Amino acid sequence: MNEVLTVAFFKAAIIAGTPLLFATVGEIITEKVGNLNLGVEGMMLMGAVVGFQVGYTTNNPLLAFIAAALAGAIGSLIYAFLAVSLRANQVVTGLALTTFGTGFASFMGQGLVGLKMSEQFSASFQKIKIPFLGDIPGIGEVFFNHDILVYFGYVTAILLGLYIYKTRIGLNLRAVGENPAAADAASVRITAYKYTHILLGGALCGLGGAYLSLVQVPVWQENITAGRGWIAVALVIFASWSPYRAILGSYLFGGLDIIGFRLQGTGLAISTYIFDMAPYLMTIIILVIVSFRKDRKNAPPKALSEPYFREER
Amino acid sequence: MQFRVVRKPDVTQKQYTVIMLIAISLALLTSGIFILLLGLNPISVYISMVNGAFGSPYRIEQTIILAIPLVIISLGIAVAFKMKFWNIGAEGQVIMGAFCASYLALNYSYVPRPLLLLAMAVAGFLGGALWGLIPAFLKARWDTNETIVTLMLNYIALKWITYLQYGPWKDPNSLGFPKIANFTENAILPKFLGVHLGWVIAVILVVVMYIFMNHSKKGFEIAVLGESYNTARYAGVNIFRTILFAMLLSGGICGLAGMIQASGVAKTLNVDIAGGVGFTAIITAWLGGLKPPWIVLVSVLFAAMVQGGSFIQSAFGISAASASLIQAMILFFVLGSDFFTKYRVVINFERPALKKEA
Repeated sequence: MNEVLTVAFFKAAIIAGTPLLFATVGEIITEKVGNLNLGVEGMMLMGAVVGFQVGYTTNNPLLAFIAAALAGAIGSLIYAFLAVSLRANQVVTGLALTTFGTGFASFMGQGLVGLKMSEQFSASFQKIKIPFLGDIPGIGEVFFNHDILVYFGYVTAILLGLYIYKTRIGLNLRAVGENPAAADAASVRITAYKYTHILLGGALCGLGGAYLSLVQVPVWQENITAGRGWIAVALVIFASWSPYRAILGSYLFGGLDIIGFRLQGTGLAISTYIFDMAPYLMTIIILVIVSFRKDRKNAPPKALSEPYFREER
Repeated sequence: MQFRVVRKPDVTQKQYTVIMLIAISLALLTSGIFILLLGLNPISVYISMVNGAFGSPYRIEQTIILAIPLVIISLGIAVAFKMKFWNIGAEGQVIMGAFCASYLALNYSYVPRPLLLLAMAVAGFLGGALWGLIPAFLKARWDTNETIVTLMLNYIALKWITYLQYGPWKDPNSLGFPKIANFTENAILPKFLGVHLGWVIAVILVVVMYIFMNHSKKGFEIAVLGESYNTARYAGVNIFRTILFAMLLSGGICGLAGMIQASGVAKTLNVDIAGGVGFTAIITAWLGGLKPPWIVLVSVLFAAMVQGGSFIQSAFGISAASASLIQAMILFFVLGSDFFTKYRVVINFERPALKKEA
């Protein structure tokens, strides 16, 4: 076991956890305004394929990531229109978005399979060591010697946490998710809040997908997300709707994601296919454990997945 | 200008059908624009899709073969969805049903055919039921989120079959190629009127499930529980048992579909045994309004789209994924159209007058 749990392993776990982190905080902000969007997997795939296509054609990393975020946001706009404006069932609308995103990515990605991002492009994502912090033995190497998007992930999660818990708008958005009628009475613009944050969540999911296709892998494969979007939905529950705890959860699952591959190298007598089950099995186990402890602080937003009608309140 | 949303009185069946037809037409129109953007003529693409799905007896048979699992699995999903138990684990339940049936097929091939097939069907049902009972128990006991659990169980089932196919069940006679041995004649569903027996099972299940959902006490309890947890509790419904029973049935039916796919179509077990049909069936179940007769109609339509989709792939060079895009588009439009069956949008073109003097 010691030859597996090395600094290199923990460092790789952070990288593998980064797409999960973006998607998880994206879904957190969506659920905080009371909308359960099960289209995470679809939006990640949309971001992944659009980001890859744009990155491959233009060789411009910034443009690629902006395009990916836009793709994710457009996916979530479909969801928002159906679930918020047309009051469609949130669960089924989200599933439809995942179907759409999967089909979209496989359609767009048809001619991209096996293509690799250029050296020049990948060079934009070389490791940057943070001065001082990066020199701490062990921890420095694991957390503070990464490509720029890993840092962006840290910053995004922390900023979102501050935004949700420490700002006026954050208070309002939580009210929208907890008690929309009261928020409405306090003249919070419910629809605007929902749309804005659902779109923001979609953009983050798109970024997560693009990190996978542009930096982590960076070769296009069919169904590149392989269920990570769904793990992100579960991580929201694991993190009990807190962006801070999402950081911990994402990196933990990043580690589980790669542990099978690492263990294989040690000549363990268990098939790698069995170890590949680990992240999925752990998700279930953690969900069960989380459902044991039901208290108000860790509860989901009260109005989650209920559409809001002013006329029927 | 100002919009106002007003609740409509109940719509008639006729109005409902008209709204649905408009939704589907709009979906085809939107997909048509998409096809046009690809530089193709949408009308000729649609005509070839229909032609590819129904153009010859062989193609019709292929369409029916694709529709069989969709119908059966949608029936299974409908039971759970009726209870608002979001079982998106049909894919895994199909796989585990196929796994259990295949275990018998590969190890007891000497058993007489009717007996073996019957045992495989029972094993398939049980395999799927067991896989469905796990999330049901967790939900009933600790209120664990079933959406995620059923989904994770899909991946676990898939990895399990991958493990078997590349490991212990790998056919030694396949010259190192990672595949599980083909079933012997005994374990293969016979054909009836050109298509394997699965279609007969599907037809029977449609009737049985129609009666179950509409005219049985258990079916009624499931529907009540779906409508309101509290109503069900006050009415004396045993919640724990109802959840478990519904998922036993839901997963079991999906497992039976897995047995049919392994025995009637693949004639072996492999990682593609479900191949996403468990997800498509969620859409067909929903579009069919969770009602068995409509489910049949929608499933055949969707099977035709998949069959037609693979036809246009060779005819026009469009990816087969286009079929799933069109499917998602239809689902989007139908989901959206539901709004117009319940509400009316009233538009006031004049600004509401501010009555200051009042």
